[in-house]
Amino acid sequence: MAQAIFRIWRGGSDGTGAFVDYTTEVSEGMVVLDAVHKVQADQAPDMACRWNCKAGKCGSCSAEINGNPKLMCMTRLNTLDLTAPVTVEPMRAFPLIKDLVTDVSWNFRVKPGVKKFKPRKPDAADGTWRMAQRDIDRVQEFRKCIECFLCQDVCHVVREHKKHDEGFIGPRYFVYAAALEMHPLDTEERLRDLKDTQGLGYCNITKCCTNVCPEHIQITDNAIIPLKERVVDRFYDPVTRLLRVLRS
Amino acid sequence: MAALKTYSYDVLVIGAGGAGLRAAIEAAGQGVSVGLICKSLLGKAHTVMAEGGMAAAMGNVDDRDNWQVHFADTMRGGQYVNNWRMAELHAKEAPDRVRELEAWGAVFDRTPDGKILQRNFGGHRYPRLAHVGDRTGLELIRTLQDHTVYLGVTVHMEHTVIDLLMDDGRAAGALAYDRERGRFHVFSAKAVILATGGVGRAYRVTSNSWEGTGDGHGLAYRVGAELIDMEFVQFHPTGMVWPPSVKGILVTEGVRGEGGVLKNSEGTRFMFGDIPDNYKPQTAADAEEGWRYTQGDKSARRPPELLTRDHVARCIMREVKAGRGSPHGGVFLDIAWIKEKIAKAPEHIKRKLPSMYHQFKELADLDITQEPMEVGPTTHYIMGGIRVNADTQESTVSGLFAAGECAAGINGANRLGGNSLSDLIVFGKRAGEYAAAQARVQRAPTLNDAAIDAAMKKSLEPFDRGHASGNPYKIQSDLQDTMQDLVGIVRLETEMQKALSRLADLNARAEASGVDGHREYHAGWHTCLDLRNLLAVSEAITRSALERKESRGGHFRDDYPDKDPAFSDFNIAVSQDSSGAMQVSRISIPEMPSELKQIIVDQQQ
Repeated sequence: MAQAIFRIWRGGSDGTGAFVDYTTEVSEGMVVLDAVHKVQADQAPDMACRWNCKAGKCGSCSAEINGNPKLMCMTRLNTLDLTAPVTVEPMRAFPLIKDLVTDVSWNFRVKPGVKKFKPRKPDAADGTWRMAQRDIDRVQEFRKCIECFLCQDVCHVVREHKKHDEGFIGPRYFVYAAALEMHPLDTEERLRDLKDTQGLGYCNITKCCTNVCPEHIQITDNAIIPLKERVVDRFYDPVTRLLRVLRS
Repeated sequence: MAALKTYSYDVLVIGAGGAGLRAAIEAAGQGVSVGLICKSLLGKAHTVMAEGGMAAAMGNVDDRDNWQVHFADTMRGGQYVNNWRMAELHAKEAPDRVRELEAWGAVFDRTPDGKILQRNFGGHRYPRLAHVGDRTGLELIRTLQDHTVYLGVTVHMEHTVIDLLMDDGRAAGALAYDRERGRFHVFSAKAVILATGGVGRAYRVTSNSWEGTGDGHGLAYRVGAELIDMEFVQFHPTGMVWPPSVKGILVTEGVRGEGGVLKNSEGTRFMFGDIPDNYKPQTAADAEEGWRYTQGDKSARRPPELLTRDHVARCIMREVKAGRGSPHGGVFLDIAWIKEKIAKAPEHIKRKLPSMYHQFKELADLDITQEPMEVGPTTHYIMGGIRVNADTQESTVSGLFAAGECAAGINGANRLGGNSLSDLIVFGKRAGEYAAAQARVQRAPTLNDAAIDAAMKKSLEPFDRGHASGNPYKIQSDLQDTMQDLVGIVRLETEMQKALSRLADLNARAEASGVDGHREYHAGWHTCLDLRNLLAVSEAITRSALERKESRGGHFRDDYPDKDPAFSDFNIAVSQDSSGAMQVSRISIPEMPSELKQIIVDQQQ
């Protein structure tokens, strides 16, 4: 059976971590997560990694594989060059906990800052609504998000500029906000928060987030740019501003 | 002993999948304080894996559907050993629970007139499953999660419960550790809800994530609760069989609901050859009628691929054993063939089954719009679990509630696809409601410090013993082989007796297993602690399966291959006696009220 070397980051939050090489057997169809599990079971029982579904549906096993942010469970070994060591390291934008596990709690704190879904009054007497499929296609695209936070990890506003310390919510939550804003039933107003406190303007549409999304959500084109357009229409378009003044 | 963090809540919910989240929402809505413990990050629970949909007789697609039909379908699927009251409540309340999700932001697929779309599924007479493509579980968990985070529920992520804490015979909290640092935490609560999901990790081939280690089953069992129906394990007929590393991952029944057919290596649709008598009146006479059914023709009957899961799984096993399997030991599931029937079939398939397309493309390098999949049975779900009161979801231990997969009753001997997601929200709500009501009138519990100290000490023993005394991964792996080989889809007295002796052996090895290193995010240590629950549920499954000397639903015995009416009026229960040994007993099923009996008679055609 063939062998491959996995160069896996080991270490905790004390800053003394280093890559350790593990040689392990590989077989047809294996993904990176399989190799990590095999190393864990045979050579390093205390190695920390997150995983749940192993089918690209839960978004737990995010890591940087040969430098690329990916889900370990969806990265097949036959897409990698196994003649050289495969590096597996934790998401670098988040504080390290141990080995491949990072502290992603910031993401969970952000969500309640986006105003929640507020539906219009039901359309029918029985308390239900009517929506056309074509009107929800876009929202359904956003709701495919598995919250793997790879988009947050790769966003330079977070990774290099640390603007999340100042309120920037990151691509995941622009998608979340867009899903609510474009929900046909929703009546809440979120544009002012996006503009004033949540840092929508920091995004300079380099599409790094879109490129790493394992669900292939068109984060930049379908969520962020339309939100930016709505902000412009709402706050900066002279005609609508004039109309609003006249109406009020 | 290590410093303890302590928390106090009115209601403590253990598990944050669909049932746990729904329970937390309900309890918080009743104005009590709620703590929610989850083993993983919030929103990652196994509920995300559910694909096909949630069953609710809303009648949006076929107005002949109503709760009575759903009730009868559920009872028929469960071979009439279900808790009929749970089946009744479930059928009646599921539509409201689904509509409520829409009010909380869920975005279901739509009918042409703008209502929630419903699809066909195995064992359901009419199109009944509200769905979002084939990622309904994700939609459910995200909707509940996004609703919960605004409610003031305190979520303790990546915490695992070691033991339940008791006060004078009543559930009073839990001892847990956090994964990050390995610290212990004590939770005191006036009522506790278990919503910990299933036990799939006791088997080698499973659709379950690492979390499915029977925690709630084990926790409840150890404080004296009864587990029932543990012999009924559902082997889903269609899991991936290749490549080896993904063996067991689920292939949704939705593939068959959309027209996918099962074929053996000879190209025969073998399901037409084996249709049980009680399903004959509802099953298509030929391929053409089956196809029309999947396309919404109300005069057509369903294809045999949509018979109940237990039956389809056994038929697949039979084909493989008879040498008519696919190259990697499964059979063929073909959806690509529908290009003979409809224009733009590849686009249609990608729209209806996006995550299946994605899953096969990325994990098996196979395009399901062009080629058939290879599939075989995978351990998917346990019908058995904690015995609960149908209305309140309280277990046989006061103050301890259970909902979702870890609770038993609604599904009887076999669960219909789609009844799980609706079970989560119907009974999650009820558990939250009744636990909150109880918590409001309960005094604050007094916890037994000595018991907490003893439990903490025991939890740390693996570090004292060290890795050399036994690798926990190896023990879990051996356990999986034991259950897969000896207490699997087809069971035999002699094999199960052998399993019992192996389990005793594995118990001894688990007691001796150890790890090196420190407590921070130590997967090996966690596995040591998980083994206790896995071994308890494995023994419960085996002993219950030995007791049921017949074949019914998910439980098939080669030595008793037929259903026996003598086994139709009781459930098998296990509980722990004072010596710590497992006792097996039979609990009579109460007589069904005449109006429910009448529904079943009326729906028999």
